[in-house]
Amino acid sequence: MNRLTEYMLPPARSVTAENTDALFHFINVTSIILLLGITVAILLFSWKYRRRSEDDVTPVISHNNKLEITWSVIPLILVMIVFGWGFSGYMDLRTAPSDAYEIKVIGKSWLWEFHYETGNVSVNELHVPVDRPVKLVMRSDDVLHSFYVPDYRVKMDVLPNRYTSLWFQATETGESIVFCTEYCGTAHSNMLATVFVHSQEDFETWLETAGSADDDMDPVERGEQLVTQYACATCHSSDGRSLSGPTFQGLWMSERTMVDGEVVIADENYIRESILEPNVRITEGYDPVMPSFAGSLNDRQIDAIIEYIKTLQ
Amino acid sequence: MATTEASNLKKLQVRRFKPEENPEKHYLNQETGIWAWMTTVDHKKIGLMYLASIAFFFFIGGVLALLLRTELLTPAQTFIDADVYNQVFTLHGAIMIFFFLVPSVPAALGNFILPLQLGAKDVAFPRLNLASFYIYVAGALFTLYAIFTGGVDTGWTFYTPYSATTGGNVMMMTFGIFILGFSSILTGVNFITTIHKLRAPGLTWNKLPLNMWGLYATSIIQILATPVLAITLLLLTMERALGIGIFDPNMGGDPVLYQHFFWFYSHPAVYIMIVPGFGIISEVISTFSRKIIFGYWAIALSSLAIAFIGFLVWGHHMFTAGQSSLANMVFSFLTFLVGIPTGIKIFNWLATMYKGSIDMKTPMLYAMIFLFLFTIGGFTGIMLGALAVDIHLHDTYYVVAHFHYVMMGGMVMAFLAGLHYWWPKMFGKMYSEYWAKITAAILFVGFNMTFLPQFVMGSQGMPRRYFNYIDQFQGFHQFSTYGSYVIGVAFVMMFIYLMHSLLRGERAKANPWGSRALEWQVSSPAPLHNFDHTPVIINGPYDYHKPMSEFQLGIAGSHHNGHGHHHDEAASVAETKQEKA
Repeated sequence: MNRLTEYMLPPARSVTAENTDALFHFINVTSIILLLGITVAILLFSWKYRRRSEDDVTPVISHNNKLEITWSVIPLILVMIVFGWGFSGYMDLRTAPSDAYEIKVIGKSWLWEFHYETGNVSVNELHVPVDRPVKLVMRSDDVLHSFYVPDYRVKMDVLPNRYTSLWFQATETGESIVFCTEYCGTAHSNMLATVFVHSQEDFETWLETAGSADDDMDPVERGEQLVTQYACATCHSSDGRSLSGPTFQGLWMSERTMVDGEVVIADENYIRESILEPNVRITEGYDPVMPSFAGSLNDRQIDAIIEYIKTLQ
Repeated sequence: MATTEASNLKKLQVRRFKPEENPEKHYLNQETGIWAWMTTVDHKKIGLMYLASIAFFFFIGGVLALLLRTELLTPAQTFIDADVYNQVFTLHGAIMIFFFLVPSVPAALGNFILPLQLGAKDVAFPRLNLASFYIYVAGALFTLYAIFTGGVDTGWTFYTPYSATTGGNVMMMTFGIFILGFSSILTGVNFITTIHKLRAPGLTWNKLPLNMWGLYATSIIQILATPVLAITLLLLTMERALGIGIFDPNMGGDPVLYQHFFWFYSHPAVYIMIVPGFGIISEVISTFSRKIIFGYWAIALSSLAIAFIGFLVWGHHMFTAGQSSLANMVFSFLTFLVGIPTGIKIFNWLATMYKGSIDMKTPMLYAMIFLFLFTIGGFTGIMLGALAVDIHLHDTYYVVAHFHYVMMGGMVMAFLAGLHYWWPKMFGKMYSEYWAKITAAILFVGFNMTFLPQFVMGSQGMPRRYFNYIDQFQGFHQFSTYGSYVIGVAFVMMFIYLMHSLLRGERAKANPWGSRALEWQVSSPAPLHNFDHTPVIINGPYDYHKPMSEFQLGIAGSHHNGHGHHHDEAASVAETKQEKA
């Protein structure tokens, strides 16, 4: 039975996961015992008391208060144990240690953006130190999302009009997957991210180097990298396929028809505007679903993306 | 002529009215023709029209489900794209819930059986009943229109702000469901009035069939909860059409407020779907165990308790939505409380079978399948009620599996038990027991194949409403899909043997199951006006220790048809005189 419930759960990689798993296990075992009892009773009664003749006479047993109380009180006690256990575990999940390292999370359709205290920004990659409580303060730029890391047994909805938070403390270095679990439209199931758990030194190294090293890169290469890193590619293909947004292939200097009939040329200013204020001009045939990247991408990064798009003819 | 005391403590002259076998005239061959059906105020015909409608919607919803499962065979795109997938799961949910589950037992089976079980000739407001049906049809047409004009991809929950911003005909769809709600409310009003006012002489509250208690509790929820859905959908429409900020934060609204509104209806709504199922199970288990129900009041009152507490647990859908920890604690606590009356029912049903004379006919087989699957649904509900664990399982396939175990394993199995149980009374025909049992077994296997793996992948973290998924879940998804095909095969078989029953089926006896319940004391199919006499009730509906003759009493002299042979039976009731009602 132990192995069954272990099989059912992903690896436990946070300090709070153990308690959640123990409760999961307790409920499973108790339920399976009771279910077996009920199933045996069904099968046994169905066989033992099967109708033998049309004239069978059955006893008159209309009720039994002792029995009624027994099978009300025992389950009541059991569920109260589960309630108390679940609630105390939940309070642990809600109460972040005061020394937690804070990271701001912004959910956008359809990517996760992480802002660190040092000013670093990463997209769809959450970098955290091991053995140290991390608190995520989260908001959404558009619709509801939900931040879920199965390995940590934590989940919290991300809302557009307020901050929500969750905390965890990773117990081992490595990678864990992040899912969006509140339905948010076309690419909901592609709104994934990865948690990279580093040792403290590696984490500090990452903070220092991330986002700076590649300023020296060739702009086209840099642009290509950014398109993947910032999840542009979730909606904009580079091979002509139409996803939730128009393809980048052949975009440069093409004539674009907008939903209001306006025709514009896709030059630098158009692309720049589309990145920073995507809903000002909407290409015909597409929905206004793109989040703004103002504050996420700086001017040099936008230049690089434009350089990359120029190459996709 | 015998004498008995009825509830008003008047002495009534009663005699036995034996149901006529193979009646020449019944409700199906009187008042025939399309126009007569469309304008009928007969609750039985209205019930059948509902039955045809929900069967149609169940078929549509089922086909959509198979499309979803087929798409999920591979981790990436299999044959439809993400937008279509999102629309299909939205429609599957909305159709199955609003057009099949909610009206299935109350409107279809309930309409047919309620007056018969009360000894009434019809519901209290027969015209209102017909109006309810047409309101249902109107709501359905609006929704079908929304489906064909396309693009509703919000999920059946219509969560804001997504539903306020997405393209697609959300307004038409919600308007359809808005209209549908009135059908539900009016049916509830009709049933409550009928149960209060039209019970046969002697049918006191402590002799009311448990199916009636189930429908009574359901009607209360329908009347109290459905208006909230109507208000919510109206607010949603106002927001979309008029730009009034209620739920959309861009206009100063609050999306969590929408969730409160929505679940304030939709949680009680799952009890609208399941509580009448409890009623059916009580009837079927008692009938096929040929034994008095164990814990009549425990079962009756637990239905009312579920109806009441069910109003106070909506917040358990929002444990991760950002509501306060205190609210989460209260909702978690109340959620566990609602589990207790449900458990009590299961134990009482088992105790009813103890020392019974159990005939495992198809309805009973479905009742046993119900007991097993619904118990799993209940236990996994306890799992989801536990706060710490729910944080992990929320919005994963675990929830999907739990919901299907409760709704399909519970409600649909109860519905099928009821359908097979009352089929002879509806159509006067028997179906093939052999094929019915084989189908039930296939359905049971297919159901577990489909939904058991979903518990595992949900626990492992597979989120719901995912078009793409990571490779590690493919095995579970494939197994689940194959299971859904088995379910599909079972329903095709059911359709075939039921059609065969209608066309070539053996004629049903008035009371093929030997039940003591009142609806079985009239001929099959039921007479046009149910009872040609005024039935008189002196025993509980499950008093199998009393002779059948005591369950076929009616006021003497009120029998207009004057079949001479009935008078011969009068003597056999003589011993039942002076019963205290």
